[in-house]
Amino acid sequence: MSGETDYSEKVMDHFHNPRNVGKLEDPDGVGTVGNPVCGDVMKLYIKVNDGRIADARFQTFGCGAAIATSSMVTELARGKTLDEAIAISNKEVAAALDGLPPAKMHCSMLGEEALKKAIEDYRKKRGSGEAEG
Amino acid sequence: MKKIYLDHNATTPLRREVLAAMEEIYQNVTGNPSSVHFFGREARRRLEAGRKQVAETIGARPEEIVFTGGGTEADNLAVQGVAYASRSKGDHIITSAIEHPAVLAACRFLEKEGFSVTYLPVSREGLVSPSQLEEAIRPETILISVMTANNETGVIQPVAEIGEIARSRKVPFHTDAIQGLGKIPLSVEEMGVDLMSLSGHKVYGPQGVGALYIRKGIRVRPLTYGGHHERSKRPGTENLAGIVGFGEASRLARENLESEADRLRMLRDRLCSEISDRIPRVKMNGAPGLRLPNTLNLSFEYVEGEGILLGLEEKGVAAATGSACTSGELAPSHVLSAMEVEAALAQGSVRFSLGRENTLEDILYTVDVLVPVVKRLREMSPFYDPDNDTQGD
Repeated sequence: MSGETDYSEKVMDHFHNPRNVGKLEDPDGVGTVGNPVCGDVMKLYIKVNDGRIADARFQTFGCGAAIATSSMVTELARGKTLDEAIAISNKEVAAALDGLPPAKMHCSMLGEEALKKAIEDYRKKRGSGEAEG
Repeated sequence: MKKIYLDHNATTPLRREVLAAMEEIYQNVTGNPSSVHFFGREARRRLEAGRKQVAETIGARPEEIVFTGGGTEADNLAVQGVAYASRSKGDHIITSAIEHPAVLAACRFLEKEGFSVTYLPVSREGLVSPSQLEEAIRPETILISVMTANNETGVIQPVAEIGEIARSRKVPFHTDAIQGLGKIPLSVEEMGVDLMSLSGHKVYGPQGVGALYIRKGIRVRPLTYGGHHERSKRPGTENLAGIVGFGEASRLARENLESEADRLRMLRDRLCSEISDRIPRVKMNGAPGLRLPNTLNLSFEYVEGEGILLGLEEKGVAAATGSACTSGELAPSHVLSAMEVEAALAQGSVRFSLGRENTLEDILYTVDVLVPVVKRLREMSPFYDPDNDTQGD
């Protein structure tokens, strides 16, 4: 039970008041990562406008760190170009939260991966859409 | 902020009377129980009085009680101690998949040492089957270890039936009764056990002191070597104040056992019914009628347990979870997994364990703060579909 007391104030803030929670209607890209068996599932939705992430939302089944990470990664992604956003690393996400306990670093991986997957999803869709058009 | 402790299966607050008994030792008794002078004799007298109180609580004789440094040590002394002492007779141990890590890790260690171990499965309700246990006994079986009551679910095992089987097959039977002490009556005779682990801090006594009951005639090899303390089973100068505190805590636990159990059962059942009435999609883990009176283990669909704990903690309520996220492990609770509770539900499990200082007001407050916590987490969850809430299970 060491997890709780090790969380930074920022993690607790993003857990109790998460930013950008929810589903996006008609998202341009969706990334789902994780597995309920391991305790975390993150679903990240993005809206892209002019090559930039205009909106990012999430739904997460997971612990305090997973929820805080989801919240932070959507915050970091918003307004960034796709190339900037895809380069966001889990370390950046953790650092923006003033760190995560070592046992919880894998949660920040999920944030990074969910965002990457959402961007890839967007690029794939756009690619196939152009091919069809 | 109001603080409500609902984690009594983890540890319990020290009772005022226990603290007073311990303080009296620290202030007035300065001898070593092994010394022959009057300082030593006084310490010895107090030590034996503590031993008698613990022995009486489980219907044992004082000379059958060995004090240890806690429950984990008592479990290890029982499992390793019997295994090594009986190695010439056989190398097979039977235990269950839902034991405390103190027993399971000791068994895994013994497997590396060349012993073979059968880990009995449990039913979906969390019960060991006595007939399955009987079938697992081999000529070379030297120990059966099945807990009295599970720490996570509170499920009480059919220990007396197992004891009867063990006796008829002449296999020593150990039970970790640490969660049972003070919550249900314990009797080494009625339960038919040869070894029983106990711990002080689960019954409003001090941490760092436990006991192992060893029936006369059962051979146990010590874990450590030194002087003749505790009949050489546990060498080292005794933790006198701790033992006296443990003795006093055991005596007090016996005093109002039934009325307190009834009170806790009522509160616990109220907690369960209020939660079920106000939160949809909640499942209880463990056999409903066969649980410790203070323990409630619930799974909240679509959410993960640590999030619930953090939300409760913000409102001053302390509970526990079987989710992997809080244990530093990848898999959720081994107990719930053995009960074939679906992984996502095990991750969403919360254990409420009630105790002496809890009131109905505490319970109702807990439900009031829990409802919005679960609601908020569900609204964040990718699995949640509010339309499901109206459907039954």
